[in-house]
Amino acid sequence: MSINSAQGPRGKSKRFDLIRTWRDRIFFIGFLLAILIGVAGLAALLIDVLVDGLGFLNWKFLTNYASRKPLESGILAPMAGTVWVVGLTAIFTVPVGIGTAIYLEEFAKKNRLTRLVELNISNLAGVPSVIYGLLGLAVFVQFLFNGSRNLTAGALTMTLLILPIVIIASQEAIKAVPSSYRDAAYAMGATRWQVVKTVVMPQAVPGMMSGIILALSRAVGESAPILIISSLVWVTFVPTSPDSKFTVLPLQIFTWVSQPQEDFRSIAAAGIIVLLLILLGMNAVAIWIRNKYQVRSE
Amino acid sequence: MIQTISINNSKTVLIISSLFLSVMLFACGGDDAGENSQLASKKSSEITIDGSSTVFPVTQAVAEEFRKEHPDVQIPVGISGTGGGFKRFTVGETDISNASRAIKPEEAEQAGSNGINFIELRVAWDGISVVASKSNDFVDCLTTEELKLIWDAGSTVDNWNQIRADFPDKKIRLYGPDTDSGTFDYFTDAINGEEDRSRSDYTASADDNTLVQGIAGDGGSIGYFGYAYYVENSDKLKLLAVDSGSGCVLPDIGTINDGTYSPLSRSMFIYANTASIDRPEVKDFLEFFMNEGGTLAEEVGYVALSAADYQSNIELINAQ
Repeated sequence: MSINSAQGPRGKSKRFDLIRTWRDRIFFIGFLLAILIGVAGLAALLIDVLVDGLGFLNWKFLTNYASRKPLESGILAPMAGTVWVVGLTAIFTVPVGIGTAIYLEEFAKKNRLTRLVELNISNLAGVPSVIYGLLGLAVFVQFLFNGSRNLTAGALTMTLLILPIVIIASQEAIKAVPSSYRDAAYAMGATRWQVVKTVVMPQAVPGMMSGIILALSRAVGESAPILIISSLVWVTFVPTSPDSKFTVLPLQIFTWVSQPQEDFRSIAAAGIIVLLLILLGMNAVAIWIRNKYQVRSE
Repeated sequence: MIQTISINNSKTVLIISSLFLSVMLFACGGDDAGENSQLASKKSSEITIDGSSTVFPVTQAVAEEFRKEHPDVQIPVGISGTGGGFKRFTVGETDISNASRAIKPEEAEQAGSNGINFIELRVAWDGISVVASKSNDFVDCLTTEELKLIWDAGSTVDNWNQIRADFPDKKIRLYGPDTDSGTFDYFTDAINGEEDRSRSDYTASADDNTLVQGIAGDGGSIGYFGYAYYVENSDKLKLLAVDSGSGCVLPDIGTINDGTYSPLSRSMFIYANTASIDRPEVKDFLEFFMNEGGTLAEEVGYVALSAADYQSNIELINAQ
């Protein structure tokens, strides 16, 4: 009797263990498949682009302007335009984005108004980029610059596009700073600005920087707003000032892909490789900054 | 503890202050840069062109060749579309507008009310080509009525045997440019009798290469796009002749140029602001366009006008 009653529950738990192990395996395989789909897709895309474009990627391609002949085409103008747009966008975005995040997290009272502002920021992060292009055309090009479709107008439009992302990322970075740190500083008689400056910022900078650079990477890849702001796809000069006309890499790639000649698709693939390298470079910088400041702050 | 905080503190202040400094520098530098580039634009002149993406390859080719002789002239070319280009042209933002159709009366009115006068220059021909897959062995020619039967608004044709009794029982799949395209406007006007009047249950794409791929890989397919895209993909596609009542005509350089490929031959235009023609570089460019445009148009897959047409364009330019 006593043996039986002891076996009963043990048998049950064995069966249960078996089900648990199976369930574990099924979910393991399921999750593995989920990631493999993404990785395989990315790998296929990369291989396709590399096979098509690598042969066309040479020094001439980087230093020539676009041409109607695929083999003489280069990406100097759009590459320079992209660097300009990203640089100006960073200058506009960083102070406003970080400032907004600090204000919302550290200074603003949590009332209905700030909740409304935060809700709006999250909504703005989901607005399609082409809408920002139209807004930029109306506000910056037509109103602010009197019809001049210049780099500053493009960068300001991109700023509107990525500002919500930067604000949200910076807010998250600030929120991740343990409140005990702040409390300790306040207990020592620090003012709010002192707390922000000496306690919150050093801890939050790595997170903010990765957020900012990822947002800027998005700006690098956007073509729709720039198509509306600049519309130029054949430019034979490097912009020399913020009020210069310009074009950007995604726009040039977009134009090449839609040309009838087959070779332009290979040239477009070479352009994609350059764009990917720029993006990888920016992400590397983000990681480098994060690691550097993480070590410092510890 | 205090020491580490002060180190971080100075770093952070450094970062923030350098950021603000760069903004300030930029804000101050903005005006200087503006003056510089104004000076620069006086030295090196610029011709601004925007408009149709269909005409773009011709204008780009001409601008590229023109700049070999005049490297000091900058000619940025945009692709806002025919309508988008006219919006800029009629307020005086651009010197030249590319157009795959003639200017509409309301657009001309808009230009007039802004004090913009312009001339219209026909620069090349295009023949909208109706194509099927290379593997299609039963259709060589369609009448305009049959095309209308397929493409008209509300059409329920979904099998080739509904078009002609001797066509096989095979599903028909349709490919065409999307509604923003000038090609769509022209085709619907010429075939269905009214611009934008079309059935909407077909595979539409703004990218003609997508259409080429779709049609090539689908034995029951039919679609239409600009002649240049057929020429570049003639190994994958079967060009269909069009019969508008006087026999089947295939689009080629000859039939597009002399208008026998009807009604799907269309003109491509550039519009030039007459005030801009007063500038020598714009006038030079336009004359260069008329002298070299025909050859270059054929190089990029379009059909040249007759020499007399280009000559009369030059006379029109010189009359301004």
